[in-house]
Amino acid sequence: MNHPEHDAVAAVSAPITAEQLARLHRRLETDAAAHELLDLAYTTVDSPVGELLLAATPAGLVRVAFAVEDHDRVLASLAEKVSPRILRAPSRLDAVARELDEYFSGRRRGFDVPLDLSLSRGFRRLVQEHLPEIGYGQTRSYREMAELVGNPKAVRAVGTACATNPLPVVVPCHRVLRTDGSLGGYIGGLEAKTALLHLEAAA
Amino acid sequence: MKPTFETVVEQYGATVLRVCRAVLGLHDADDAWSETFLAAMRGYPELPASANVEAWLVTIARRKAVDIHRAARRNPIPAEELPEAPTELGLPGRVDDPVWEHVGRLPDRQRSAITLRYLGGMSYAEIAAVVGGSADAARRASADGLKNLRRTYPGAAAKGAQ
Repeated sequence: MNHPEHDAVAAVSAPITAEQLARLHRRLETDAAAHELLDLAYTTVDSPVGELLLAATPAGLVRVAFAVEDHDRVLASLAEKVSPRILRAPSRLDAVARELDEYFSGRRRGFDVPLDLSLSRGFRRLVQEHLPEIGYGQTRSYREMAELVGNPKAVRAVGTACATNPLPVVVPCHRVLRTDGSLGGYIGGLEAKTALLHLEAAA
Repeated sequence: MKPTFETVVEQYGATVLRVCRAVLGLHDADDAWSETFLAAMRGYPELPASANVEAWLVTIARRKAVDIHRAARRNPIPAEELPEAPTELGLPGRVDDPVWEHVGRLPDRQRSAITLRYLGGMSYAEIAAVVGGSADAARRASADGLKNLRRTYPGAAAKGAQ
């Protein structure tokens, strides 16, 4: 070979390790964000209510999903609704992950991270914007929520708004119960809703 | 439905790295890999859902790798259009194909010519600039290599039948 540094076959047959690919991936995460190409960053974190998917746009946290929602399906839906330019980029969700960690260990009562509610529209979004007004450890009925947003007859619509909350846990739809105090529904399952309510009651 | 870009990187990251290495060697391949996926991410939303993602990525990777290669050389390679991907070895850039094991056993000049031609998608002039000698010599080395391959690897003979 005239140019041993260009021994193509040696280069082609050199092993490619998972670690090399992980390093290249991290570089892509940084480069893509710097070039404003990373429309959606996501990661998964463990929690007492199961593995949570966290996804953020440059504007803020856009989706929190429980394992029962099927994370692959949620990502596919985000690719369609927001953008297919999606990368697993855990470092872009560090702040959210940290706050969730503090929340689940009882050391945090509210979330400060920027939120992106662009997945919701109209009345649903209005309700979701008001949900954080229910304080930590408190609950409201669907009826009270309807009154709070100035539409006392829209009890069912409030139920739908809670059921379609794209940011469960962080936007506390788990604090909304039936008028008789029973749980109502929950996107993460009733077990998760109970666990969150117990966590907040105990703290 | 279009897969997330993360899925694309997961699925084809290794293939793209091999193509970049074929053209540039181990050292500069990482830069070409990064530029390839950055460019691909830029164009991804407009890529038709029916497109062959692997072929698309390999094309970008070759272009980026050859650009870096040209920029790094004092004597630039004649600016010639890249050839359409030849198909004699199956899908170009298909590095998991067992044929590459057989390619690895060919004499030096033949295996370099074949790798750069079929995995790197380079023209014979570009191959000559990388391995030395003339474009004609590169063409001959590639043809001889193919002939040898057809003898030792039945799969290549079948796919290469014209």
